[in-house]
Amino acid sequence: MSPEPTPSQTIGPFFHDALLDRDYSELVSLDHPEGIRIEGTIHDGAGEIVTDAMVEIWQANRAGRYNHPADDRSSLSLDEDFSGFGRSGTDAGGAFSFLTLKPGPVPGPGGEVQAPHVVVSVFARGLLKRLVTRIYFPDEQEANAADPVLSSIEDQELRRTLIARNEGDALRFDIHLQGEGQTAFFEF
Amino acid sequence: MAQRKGEEAVGYRREDDPPYLYPDYVATRLRAPKKPLIILPRTLSDTTAPAYGRGAVGELDDDLTRQHSGEPVGERIVVTGRVLDGDGRPVRNSLVEIWQANAAGRYTHHLDQHPAPLDPNFSGAGRCLTDGEGRYRFVTVKPGAYPWKNHDNAWRPAHIHFSLFGTAFRSRLITQMYFPGDPLLEHDPIFRSVRDQKARQRMISSFDLQTTRPEWALGYRFDIVLEGREATPMENHT
Repeated sequence: MSPEPTPSQTIGPFFHDALLDRDYSELVSLDHPEGIRIEGTIHDGAGEIVTDAMVEIWQANRAGRYNHPADDRSSLSLDEDFSGFGRSGTDAGGAFSFLTLKPGPVPGPGGEVQAPHVVVSVFARGLLKRLVTRIYFPDEQEANAADPVLSSIEDQELRRTLIARNEGDALRFDIHLQGEGQTAFFEF
Repeated sequence: MAQRKGEEAVGYRREDDPPYLYPDYVATRLRAPKKPLIILPRTLSDTTAPAYGRGAVGELDDDLTRQHSGEPVGERIVVTGRVLDGDGRPVRNSLVEIWQANAAGRYTHHLDQHPAPLDPNFSGAGRCLTDGEGRYRFVTVKPGAYPWKNHDNAWRPAHIHFSLFGTAFRSRLITQMYFPGDPLLEHDPIFRSVRDQKARQRMISSFDLQTTRPEWALGYRFDIVLEGREATPMENHT
């Protein structure tokens, strides 16, 4: 008999000393020539900023390869210095921020290709389980149009919430937990 | 095409997780998404996971009673268990992060205003890697209950927060471990947000005499299963 899963519970408000004592928000060094900044603000259903959330990202490298044994496509280069994992709290302004690299395209279901994207988990007080979303890139219109996951979202407005927008030197990806303009969230 | 649909039907069962909206837990009311969730097909993007934390674990990170010059006040305990996947296989060499209140029910966090004493010898944060059998082990003190403002006279039962990665982005889990026989459990909306009684029991550790160290510390056992067994497409149709 297979064991039953342990249920999820909220991260609560007091996780910072344990989970954010080291800074994992910069996946590459500040002077990396290909570094990109992704930042955003989290809002609740009343439009208020969420100052006690934690955001985690997971992504492939520029070649489109994940730094994990399950991705054994050895024809693609693996950058040992690039873990692909990041973690950022939200600050007093409800903002999170990552310095990372733009990932390459990765395999999708049924032999299709997925547009470059970053997978995201959001944890917070009031979230009894994490929220899962994805960040897509605004300069990938063609790949985004063909992406099997984006295409599976019929509600165009909802689909648009997954595409970051250019803002100055950074990419902006705001997250709306609830209400008008709610971000698209996934389940497995 | 039929093949692809079959692949998409494969998933992890986590139906015992609490809902996003559980109004008794007031903070869910404005934070729970209302639009339907989109089902994510199984791809490398979520069957892979970060090797986060390996090499980041310090020697005393798994002993929360030895991180300062003196010993913390409270009932010393050993908390141990195994991290398993949905098939009961051990999750090896995987990071486990914990945090908790001190014995008086106070977190070191600057936003915790509960008028209970801070303990200069207790920070309440720990981490370790699971061993070859998926086992983790922490030495700490039993956390106290503490009040929160969710409703009138609201108290959280004693608990330790656990954060786990597993082998896939899909299996990422944050949960809370509770203690057996705690009278606060039946009054706690966070615990009760898990609707299935048997599933609730899986968040409660068990007292374990074998883990208990004579003349030194009580032992508690808490096994963690990161996802339901992978359903096959066939099973999804039954």
